[in-house]
Amino acid sequence: MKRVQFEHSPIPYLFIAPQIVIIAVFFLWPAAQAIYQSFLLEDAFGLSSQFVWFKNYSDTVFSNSWLQAAGFTAVFSTLVTLLSLAIALLLAVKANEVIHGARTYKTTLMWAYAIAPPVAGLMGNLMFHPLIGDLYKLMNAIGWDFDHKLDAFDASFVVILISVWKQVSVNFIFFLSGLQGIPHSVVEAATMDCKNATRRFWTITFPLLAPTTFFLMVINITYAFFETFGIIDTTTRGAPGGSTNTLVYKVFQDGFRGADLGGSSAQSVVLMLVVLALTVLQFRFIERKVHY
Amino acid sequence: MKNTNWRLIYAHTVLIIGVIFMSFPVWVAFSTSTHDDVTILRNGLQFWPGTHFFETYWEVLFVEGGVMKSVLGTTMLKNSLILGIGFAVGKVIISMLAAYAIVYFRFRLAAPLFWIIFMTLLLPLEVRIIPSYEVMAGLNLLDTHTGLIVPLIASATGTFFFRQFFRSVPEELLEAARLDGATPWRFFVDILIPLSKTMIAAILIIMFVVGWNQYLWPLIMTTKEENYTLVIGIKQIYQVLAEGGELPQYQKAFALTILATLPPVLVVLVFQNWFVKGLVESEK
Repeated sequence: MKRVQFEHSPIPYLFIAPQIVIIAVFFLWPAAQAIYQSFLLEDAFGLSSQFVWFKNYSDTVFSNSWLQAAGFTAVFSTLVTLLSLAIALLLAVKANEVIHGARTYKTTLMWAYAIAPPVAGLMGNLMFHPLIGDLYKLMNAIGWDFDHKLDAFDASFVVILISVWKQVSVNFIFFLSGLQGIPHSVVEAATMDCKNATRRFWTITFPLLAPTTFFLMVINITYAFFETFGIIDTTTRGAPGGSTNTLVYKVFQDGFRGADLGGSSAQSVVLMLVVLALTVLQFRFIERKVHY
Repeated sequence: MKNTNWRLIYAHTVLIIGVIFMSFPVWVAFSTSTHDDVTILRNGLQFWPGTHFFETYWEVLFVEGGVMKSVLGTTMLKNSLILGIGFAVGKVIISMLAAYAIVYFRFRLAAPLFWIIFMTLLLPLEVRIIPSYEVMAGLNLLDTHTGLIVPLIASATGTFFFRQFFRSVPEELLEAARLDGATPWRFFVDILIPLSKTMIAAILIIMFVVGWNQYLWPLIMTTKEENYTLVIGIKQIYQVLAEGGELPQYQKAFALTILATLPPVLVVLVFQNWFVKGLVESEK
């Protein structure tokens, strides 16, 4: 906070009021509703409801379909995070190395940031379209009996590929700015001491990038959990047989398509806890960074 | 010396493969959108632009029934612009005001109010979809611009961004302003806003892209076709293609993806430096 501040007055309340009012109406109230509804069981017509304690939680969280979605979400977010980070790091290191065309590379690698996930999803969906999709034909031509409409593994492959593609550019931007933030003196000293570029990277550069990497991991996990909704909704929609359902997509499906209010709310509350854990992780890391 | 050359060649090779990987889908989408439906159905995706560019895009943008049942491409474009610009501007205003109160004033509820703002990070839309929908329905805000934009602008990211920036502004400025008898409002308008110009530009660009690309919220908030944004139109196209029916209009689907992609990409490319600055700073 500032050492010098304005005195007590009602003015700050006026300034902060718009945001607080919107948050109260559109964030806190619905969230409270979700928590409340997660303890209720409604009848089929939504006319009456009774308090059922944790029945919705035990019913949904221990159901096969939820566990399946949880399993897919774990595999999916791990792969998307690792692959998109690895590709982006490789590209950023190389883009930082070249002198000619560095700016062109930077521009052409980062602009995909601006593409919306569902747009990427539809594009990917058409590339893998059985009638016109060249990637679909290519997969089958190289001897892979590829059918993402029927095969769970192939469907996961499509969703992961599109999700990674969409996320590379963000990671690239952060890695590149992280690399450019390393002082020249450090780079020069390292070059004098160690002629082997690969070893130099793993012993000097990569540890210096650790804060960026850690931060990006949290961002990427959050992305894989939440923002891939648009990709899944325009490609597999959780099919075949719920094998590409993420936890977030399942909340939507159960709540809107299945009209299972209590179960969907219980899942929402579980997700709130996941977000809480991710946020704590992120902030503990920021605390640590301050002490560097 | 020779060694360095090989390293550079290797670096360029990796980068070129990366550029192809990132650009290829969009290039194919564009090329395919400029061919007619029969060609695509017979020969699959196209790698070079064809001759139907004007025809397809004209139909998608201006002809009724060209792409959706009743809504024109231009209407969706307009809705997307309203969402993108409204979201960006609204977010900047609301978060600058809140950050100003938090950084420059001593008041009793400062800490709890800050925590309320922080809580929005814990409550992404996805964990409160259905009750949010119910609140909007209860307030009669479905299918309105207010309902579409206002709930989105309250999240904490912008506030944190400006809070961080305001804290880095030299203390002496406020001291001097107070000696000159400036009111809080004067100080905000005459000193702080001009100082924040670059920051405002950077956050406007990021937020325009974020707003334009909103999917889940407009999806549940808009029921009438006339309120669709381009990104939501994508969803409808997907549905039409999936359900089959007449001769599938793949070129129009691709044209729509290009239209939905172009404005945010242009903004990012034109304002590249501000964009990178805003992105890297705001996520800290």
